[in-house]
Amino acid sequence: MAQPLVKKDDDRDEEADYSPFLGIEKGAVLQDARVFNDPQLDARRCSQVITKLLYLLNQGDSFTKVEATEVFFAVTKLFQSKDNGLRRMVYLIIKDLSPSADEVIIVTSSLMKDMNSRTDMYRANAIRVLCRITDGTLLTQIERYLKQAIVDKNPVVASAALVSGIHLLQTTPEIVKRWSNEVQEAVQSRAALVQFHALALLHQIRQNDRLAVSKLVTSLTKGTVRSPLAQCLLIRYTSQVIRETGVNSQTGDRPFYDYLESCLRHKAEMVIFEAAKAITELSNVTTRELTPAITVLQLLLSSSKPVLRFAAVRTLNKVAMTHPMAVTNCNIDMESLISDQNRSIATLAITTLLKTGNESSVDRLMKQITNFMSDIADEFKIVVVEAIRSLCLKFPLKYRSLMNFLSNILREEGGFEYKKAIVDSIVILIRDIPDAKESGLLHLCEFIEDCEFTYLSTQILHFLGNEGPKTSDPSKYIRYIYNRVILENATVRASAVSTLAKFGALVDSLKPRIFILLRRCLFDNDDEVSVVRDRATLYLNSLGDGSVAETDKDVKEFLFGSLDIPLTNMETTLRNYAQNPTEEPFDIDSVPREVKSLPLVEKKAPGKKPTPLGPPPPAPTSASDAYERILSTIPEFANFGKLFKSSVPVELTEAETEYAVNVVKHIFDHHVVFQYNCTNTIPEQLLENVTVIVDASEAEEFSEVGVKPLKSLPYDTPAQTFVAFERPEGVPSVGKFSNTLRFTVKEVDTSTGEAEDDGVEDEYQLEDFEVVAADYILKVGVSNFRNAWESMDPDTERVDEYGLGPRESLVEAVNAVISLLGLQPCEGTETVPNNSRSHTCLLSGVYIGNVKVLVRLSFGMDSSKEVAMKLAVRSDDVNVSEALHEIVASG
Amino acid sequence: MATFLSHETCPTIKNILLLDSEGKRVAVKYYSDEWPTNSAKLAFEKSIFSKTQKTNARTEAEITMVENNIIVYKFIQDLHFFVTGGDEENELILATVLQGFFDAVTLLLRNNVDQREALENLDMILLCLDEIVDGGIILETDSSIIAGKVATHSIDDGAPLSEQTISQALATAREHLTRSLLK
Repeated sequence: MAQPLVKKDDDRDEEADYSPFLGIEKGAVLQDARVFNDPQLDARRCSQVITKLLYLLNQGDSFTKVEATEVFFAVTKLFQSKDNGLRRMVYLIIKDLSPSADEVIIVTSSLMKDMNSRTDMYRANAIRVLCRITDGTLLTQIERYLKQAIVDKNPVVASAALVSGIHLLQTTPEIVKRWSNEVQEAVQSRAALVQFHALALLHQIRQNDRLAVSKLVTSLTKGTVRSPLAQCLLIRYTSQVIRETGVNSQTGDRPFYDYLESCLRHKAEMVIFEAAKAITELSNVTTRELTPAITVLQLLLSSSKPVLRFAAVRTLNKVAMTHPMAVTNCNIDMESLISDQNRSIATLAITTLLKTGNESSVDRLMKQITNFMSDIADEFKIVVVEAIRSLCLKFPLKYRSLMNFLSNILREEGGFEYKKAIVDSIVILIRDIPDAKESGLLHLCEFIEDCEFTYLSTQILHFLGNEGPKTSDPSKYIRYIYNRVILENATVRASAVSTLAKFGALVDSLKPRIFILLRRCLFDNDDEVSVVRDRATLYLNSLGDGSVAETDKDVKEFLFGSLDIPLTNMETTLRNYAQNPTEEPFDIDSVPREVKSLPLVEKKAPGKKPTPLGPPPPAPTSASDAYERILSTIPEFANFGKLFKSSVPVELTEAETEYAVNVVKHIFDHHVVFQYNCTNTIPEQLLENVTVIVDASEAEEFSEVGVKPLKSLPYDTPAQTFVAFERPEGVPSVGKFSNTLRFTVKEVDTSTGEAEDDGVEDEYQLEDFEVVAADYILKVGVSNFRNAWESMDPDTERVDEYGLGPRESLVEAVNAVISLLGLQPCEGTETVPNNSRSHTCLLSGVYIGNVKVLVRLSFGMDSSKEVAMKLAVRSDDVNVSEALHEIVASG
Repeated sequence: MATFLSHETCPTIKNILLLDSEGKRVAVKYYSDEWPTNSAKLAFEKSIFSKTQKTNARTEAEITMVENNIIVYKFIQDLHFFVTGGDEENELILATVLQGFFDAVTLLLRNNVDQREALENLDMILLCLDEIVDGGIILETDSSIIAGKVATHSIDDGAPLSEQTISQALATAREHLTRSLLK
């Protein structure tokens, strides 16, 4: 394939650039593929052409439909050749061409012949190819051979059938599930990898049957498992069983822990590590259980292999988040890893040390890190900055050295994300450590003098406006702020104007000077949208006459009041408003207040399971938006007013049953609408006139006002039916609802997809669900709980104490109360440090009727694990404060 | 149960890559649809290549993380071997797959492991990949078995391993293993 043009280069560096595929061109290769049609096949030549085709595909070249079909048909001719090597290449290219269903039929008989060949290699490969390209209808024809292959004495054949089974389970589970006897037999195989593949398939077949998985684990942990890979699988399944059974409450022992612990002494490093990792991930793991795993991981830290060091330090890093004390023994080994060649390992070691370090080691550590920072990438630096921030919060007395460190790295080169991480950290430290405020603010001021990121400058200016006026000498910040008005782009100038106004509003003595500066801003002239001048005018008019006098309370509220509406909601509503021109002014109360964080939880119908390698699920679209859209299309519900809250879906059926149903509770001012999401998982059935019969006899305050039946529910197409109830306004009515699915069922001929004309009425019992107090409370966070708490009328506060009885840990008690109240935990207070005996948790939300509620929960635990709780509630309405106490008292 | 955690399932490989010293493809195989288009694949290859390029992964396999994936890799001459798995995967399992691939290629190319040899024997490299992982699931990690399976397929006298019988291949494998142990 000599090409005159390329030849010139050949002289220059023939050695380096030489490639057998130099100058390869698709058209020519497709021409070459004609040799497949020769009556006298040249096996070697054919193999070479296939290799070229595979090379093109591998390089990302794509064949058109016509080209692929032509190549595929030509390749099928090659089954005539008896050449082993050529056959193998034929298998490869058939898989890569991924033929369509009608093309598959052409090779089916050839492949089935190979599946029954006496050559093991043919059998194994033909199975893999056929299972890869078949669409399920073929599968019933070859099922018999596959079952035989699973127990074939040749391990390669058995593995090929088992691995194909694992893939087919995703598409045609009903067929693969029939093979469990053969798979069970293969689990006992003496061939190491056959056992591994059989175990993987058997577990996937039985994964919904807890008892079967538990039995499998029980028998195998006592038996012999031959390959390290199978042993790793068994460890994973064992952890799953442990998670589902929990701790034996009498002895405090965990079943199967001994097995995991024994795996720490296995000869394969892969198994040792898998076991150590499994132990560290046990829920509520005790120090006694952790110790042997930590010891093993510590040994791996000094391995000569980077992969082992990485694996160990990454696991220890995770352990340090929950059990910092358990990891301190490894600190010396960790410190030596700071100089590891592999920077990922070094970063993990540093952040682990920062989590486990004590107050006295901080300074030494900071010195080591300073040297380290200069030679790592931004992504690692961000991790380190975040670790330093939490360290500083843990040891507030050390703020000086940590703040210095942050301000030093802030001055060095770095990208936006890195700088943002540093600025965020300084802001958090200023907020939480009062002593750090003045120095921190000055560091930020110096940073904005030379900051290339508009976003960061505006953030800092905003923050400075809130915090600066409250310092001992506010005037020293003015220079930095006014410099922005002179030097920066419009966005930054506008925020600098706002910041100046805030100083003017809060610091009366500065007011006359601020006025002079604001007046100068009126002459800002190179501003296209005049936002700088507009702001200056607005502030000059609202701040009074410029004399040294106290600023009006309303003005302060205007300048500092926070917008208690999620900004994304505000944005959506404003966009809708702008799209539909109207005379009416924009009403800020029309913006929904719910924090949109809960993605729609949908149970997938069985058989539709995403493969473990599947793409990540599509970004969750906001659930409440989607609900609002659905509900607004139903005229019967149109007069219910604005949707207050939609619950997360509650499952009303077990997994893997004929019909999958879950319910979403929509709360309106006077009404409740239950949305039943139904899925029919039987291909042979079509359901019509689907309704849910709701028995509300245990929900006295509710009366049914409407039903929206579902006309038809074909196989595997989720659809909804609705039932609406009226309830008294303002009262958080609770109750229990029993449900029965009623429908007309029609048989469907799966080959034609047509349903019979006559149907039979039938009912299907669903599980009960309740409407609880938490359904009337929206999770709405506040950014600064203390400010929000203090700004609420203390007269609305209601305080009481409750005994919660003996509990395993405080975590359990805290979570129970949070979910009972359905409020949004603030400032990360929902996480309880391990083994702590007291904890304060801050919650906020909105009660139905748009009443803001704040809750302060203080928990304490005595030596007998008896938990007591003090509940303090403030809200806009005393009755609501009392209502929250009632919820806790009755819950 | 459709959404069980990934680490409760079978260990899975997301891709195996063999790139040259400029980051260009010699042979690649993707098992995950996390990178749906060729340009997404190329971008991933470029990012891991540039991230690992300056590291020394010649004596021992090295490891790094990119976009929530764990990548283990090893270099020899002008060839760069990579194996990618999810961030919950057992790092040592990935390393075992890498070692299996690396050693099998070394056996098949009879210790002349470089880009030119690899391209000249691309059929064997592709068969080798096919014998290690099937649709993300590990088929075999023992390099001598992998190489043995590939070698039985070699075409005729012209094929490089023809003069080497399976027992010779196994002997080479043992020798190779001993060498790597003594290192």
